[in-house]
Amino acid sequence: MAESALLELASCTVRFGGLTAVDDLTLDVAPQELVSLIGPNGAGKTTVFNAIMGVYPLASGGIRLAGRDIAGLAPHRVAKLGVGRTFQNIRLFKGITVLDNLRAAMHQDGDYDLLRAAARSRTWAATESRLEARAMELLAVFGLEARAGELAGGLPYGEQRRLEIVRALATGPRLLLLDEPAAGMNPAETQHLMGLIRSLIERYSLTILLIEHDMKLVMGVSDRVVVLNYGREIAAGTPQEIARDPAVIEAYLGEPVH
Amino acid sequence: MSTPPAWSHYLPRLGLYAGVAAVLLLVNVGLPRLLNAYLLQILVFAACNIILASSLNLVNGVAGQFSIGHAGFMAIGAYMSAWVSVAYGKTWLAPYADQPCGPLVVSAYLMGLMLLGGVAAAVGGLVVGLPSLRLRGDYLAIATLGFGEIIKVVLLNVEAVGGATGLKGVPQYSTLFLVFGAAVVTVAALRNIGNSIHGRALLAIREDETAAEALGIDSAHYKTSAFVIGAFFAGVAGCLYAHYTQFIHPRSFDFMKSIELVLIVVLGGGKLRNVAIAAAAVTFLPEGLRQVKDLLHLQTDPRMVIYAAILIAVMLLRRERVLQAVLPRRKEGASRG
Amino acid sequence: MLQQLVNAISLGAVYALIALGYTMVYGVLRLINFAHGEVFMVGAFVGLAALSVFHLPFAAAVLVAMLGAALLGMVIERGAYRPLRNAPRLAALITAIGVSLLLQNIGMLTVGAAPNPYPPAIEPTPIPWLKEHARLVVTEQQLVILAATAAILIGLSLIVSRTKIGKAMRAVSEDRQAAQLMGINTDRVISFTFCLGSAIAGAGGVFYGVYYGTADPLMGFMPGIKAFVAAVLGGIGSIPGAMLGALLMGLVETGVSSVTIPLSSTETLSGSTLRDAVAFTVLILVLLVRPAGLLGRPTREKV
Repeated sequence: MAESALLELASCTVRFGGLTAVDDLTLDVAPQELVSLIGPNGAGKTTVFNAIMGVYPLASGGIRLAGRDIAGLAPHRVAKLGVGRTFQNIRLFKGITVLDNLRAAMHQDGDYDLLRAAARSRTWAATESRLEARAMELLAVFGLEARAGELAGGLPYGEQRRLEIVRALATGPRLLLLDEPAAGMNPAETQHLMGLIRSLIERYSLTILLIEHDMKLVMGVSDRVVVLNYGREIAAGTPQEIARDPAVIEAYLGEPVH
Repeated sequence: MSTPPAWSHYLPRLGLYAGVAAVLLLVNVGLPRLLNAYLLQILVFAACNIILASSLNLVNGVAGQFSIGHAGFMAIGAYMSAWVSVAYGKTWLAPYADQPCGPLVVSAYLMGLMLLGGVAAAVGGLVVGLPSLRLRGDYLAIATLGFGEIIKVVLLNVEAVGGATGLKGVPQYSTLFLVFGAAVVTVAALRNIGNSIHGRALLAIREDETAAEALGIDSAHYKTSAFVIGAFFAGVAGCLYAHYTQFIHPRSFDFMKSIELVLIVVLGGGKLRNVAIAAAAVTFLPEGLRQVKDLLHLQTDPRMVIYAAILIAVMLLRRERVLQAVLPRRKEGASRG
Repeated sequence: MLQQLVNAISLGAVYALIALGYTMVYGVLRLINFAHGEVFMVGAFVGLAALSVFHLPFAAAVLVAMLGAALLGMVIERGAYRPLRNAPRLAALITAIGVSLLLQNIGMLTVGAAPNPYPPAIEPTPIPWLKEHARLVVTEQQLVILAATAAILIGLSLIVSRTKIGKAMRAVSEDRQAAQLMGINTDRVISFTFCLGSAIAGAGGVFYGVYYGTADPLMGFMPGIKAFVAAVLGGIGSIPGAMLGALLMGLVETGVSSVTIPLSSTETLSGSTLRDAVAFTVLILVLLVRPAGLLGRPTREKV
């Protein structure tokens, strides 16, 4: 498993002052696997994402992406190595268009420099039309192509959530970190999202780490589920195993089950 | 798909370039015959303000890095180039004064100086851009203000460039062709940069720096670059300004000048075209107000009162429209106030 | 050396009086009240009018100046800042700069740009005993100003720590929305904070005028900026921080002013001409090295 894992967390610990937000977490995610992180509020799930992205430093432990040590790298470097993410509270570029949100995400594909941009050179023109075509293609996959020219902040909530996923995909990631993608969605939208997430894995050979509170979604899409409480892993296994685990039930209901 | 030959991409533009150059030449020859020196000077100042404001727009409007020390970069460009001209340039160019090729040589020389002044200012932009990596919002604003004032105090104390008496005897090498040409090129280049990978990375940083980083955008690199590019053009404007007025003083580039430029960017609402229009308007306005002053026999110029009143009024009355474009939205959690 | 210290403390005292207003307003509104230096200036002119036109005694003139400044502070808050309470912070900052320019230039139009002589109020004669025995030039005027500053600072501390409105101010600084939910009238608290900070700056204006013997419409700009630097240095939002920062600023400036740097055999660079640049350099260094200031709390953005 360790040989072929795309993402490896080895005894990761993150501390904020005296608070240990993530405590000695070890986790391997295989290519094209979908692993869900669940746990009560404040269990440290989003902190795991931030540690992977390099937003917060590790107090101890290591993180590897496809065998390469990425602990301590700045977020933009981690992103360039193939990690995309969405945010719990949607963080779209609200004041620019949907299309520009995607083109901003595709900036790594740009192969022209500042002078060529200023002079609108031939490379500039070729690259720009390529980026636009790719962005429109991605938008079409998610049914957002009609929105391309609108400001991202003006989209309805569900579409904003979807756009954030598309934007993360536009960076061409190998690993996608989804932070509560179904938050605030109605059951029908959640159902739709579930199908979408599964299809992404196929279509883009993605590996996904998912944080979600909607248990139906988690149980429906995950290959494996890891349960965190107070920053520690209290259970891991297939969705069926997790549903039966007494420690998980205790963490969620707050009292021991006899 | 076969790539079309290079000429098919560039040829349509050559016509445009030739047209612009012809118009500029016409202006260069015609306007001095039509207008008096006072009106010409106002036009030159307007063109300088267009360069300054559109370059500040890249920093404030596009990248969302609030800078109120832009006049400091103009000062660097102006002083650097003016000092070269006063100390060496006049002697170098003396032999060409009466030759038919003279104007061409002078123009080529000034273009070199524009580059020099721009690069010197860009170095200053790098120095200011680095702190911008750690500072946000109002703290960054105060730091840039501090930078502008430091430049002023240093220039006031350097005797080699005139110190507190200012630098006199700068040759008048700026022509209308060069000044307006620079304004056109600046606006075009900045618009093109805005509509590129580079510009969109800056917009993304303005909108949400954390999200931009998560998409692989190196915010440190881009923020610094915005300061460097902005400063470069401000330096060019400084060079043109110095070589038109023939006299520069550290107080010409003080906090008031920076605020004037911020006012222009805010009035322009972040749209480059509107910024250019606002730059012209803000240059002409005080000249009109000067007439008011004479009419009312006022001791001091009322224009700053009116500036200030406009600034406040714009913020209070038009803030939705103006600020959407210029200022980053407040973010949840980032501020409580 | 001791003499320098006395001068530094006198300068620091004036900075402290201005810095407190910055810090308190920042505390409740997260706004750099750029017009604060101009409130200080207006305070100085109100005091000037009270002293030389109405021939009021010194203490009364200080009180009148404090009242005038407080009123101005309240008007500025109501007119310019309150409408922008929920706008981006930079909108309020630009407006504050606008108010600052407006007051400066209205001053220029009404009293002119030239410095106006300020009556000394208390004769600045050195105290003979100190001059003879310690070779210190300390004037009765300096002592009165220092004593008055100390009294104001103590009074302020008491208001903030002991009174109900002081408690409300601290609550609003901590979390405005929560304070509002707890039934605190935040508008009133913010208004009060502006009045209090402005009044203190107004007193500072009179002291400054009396001490330096002159007042002009632009006098607020540099002391205002330096007091702001002091507030940032101490940790903006922190009242003891503002006092500490102001004292340090006074020390740094007095220190730099007394230095002369030889440039060549004929030229020297006097520290006093570089004084203003030093203030800004300190500011930028503090912002870079410890943005939270000496006594401030660092903040972390939630991702």
